[in-house]
Amino acid sequence: MEERKDELQTKGKEKEVKYSIIVPTYNERLNIALIIYLIFKHLRDVEFEVIVVDDGSPDGTQDIVKQLQQVYGEDRILLRARPRKLGLGTAYAHGLKHARGDFVVIMDADLSHHPKYLPSFIRKQKETGANIVTGTRYVKNGGVHGWNLMRKLTSRGANVLAQTLLWPGVSDLTGSFRLYERSVLEDLVTSCVSKGYVFQMEMIVRATRKGYRVEEVPITFVDRVFGSSKLGGSEIVEYLKGLVYLLFTT
Amino acid sequence: MKHIFKVTSVLAAISAIWIGLLQTSLLPPNYTWLLPIYLVVALGCYGLFMVGIGLMFFPTCPQEAVLLQQDIVEAKEFLSKNGVDVASD
Repeated sequence: MEERKDELQTKGKEKEVKYSIIVPTYNERLNIALIIYLIFKHLRDVEFEVIVVDDGSPDGTQDIVKQLQQVYGEDRILLRARPRKLGLGTAYAHGLKHARGDFVVIMDADLSHHPKYLPSFIRKQKETGANIVTGTRYVKNGGVHGWNLMRKLTSRGANVLAQTLLWPGVSDLTGSFRLYERSVLEDLVTSCVSKGYVFQMEMIVRATRKGYRVEEVPITFVDRVFGSSKLGGSEIVEYLKGLVYLLFTT
Repeated sequence: MKHIFKVTSVLAAISAIWIGLLQTSLLPPNYTWLLPIYLVVALGCYGLFMVGIGLMFFPTCPQEAVLLQQDIVEAKEFLSKNGVDVASD
């Protein structure tokens, strides 16, 4: 696994950037380094750049990104920070402004999205000419690890409800591991106004309504390597409100 | 066309069929009056059934957690060799 620094750094200069990978971060000091290593490992012969949108993390995430820039090159890893937590939708818009690629990948920094699936996103887009390729956890070759029965139940119930009400055309509505054609992402980010994971739902539902071609690839989702995230009553209420909003406005 | 219009037209079509059945008495009227309730109950049962099936066949991937840990070890090794601080916070 030894890679000479200059080999890694010159790739970006020689070729045009085709894929921009936007990673919003907040306090992901360790994970951002791991994820960047894995991205470079799995996209060896691809022309890409990584855009880290950090919302003023107090744990020194930005310092780590600067160290990574020394290893991989400042034109392969862009740090486009913001002063404080300003929300996911605006993080994508901010990253988009600096993106050079024809395609934009969005993914989480906490290692629930594994970079080893990036080649399958790219391949699916090339094969089908899709405008959007979205990762789905709920199909045969996909899956989730780290969810208890209650969590699976709410996920499945939420999914059935959303399918019945919205006819979205995708199996995983709340997933945020996606590849977008750049112009499509620009269009959707300006049209969507929700917050949190309802934002992800709104993006994909509006994409379907606008007639964009959406394809899916299976992904596996390992929930929070260090600890488990909880889903409380207020999230459920927020989800239901989001569904009703999408039912009436898309 | 907005999605809500599609939904309301489906509901309107179903209502039209129901009213039609009431008027023409193809089925006994006291049965026809209860049809909407049967429909809602059937829809609820279908929903519960889909949730149950989904829960039974929920795809899991325990091996992925193991692979991820291996990837983390590999990444930490490379990164610390190249001057990136990989201490946990």
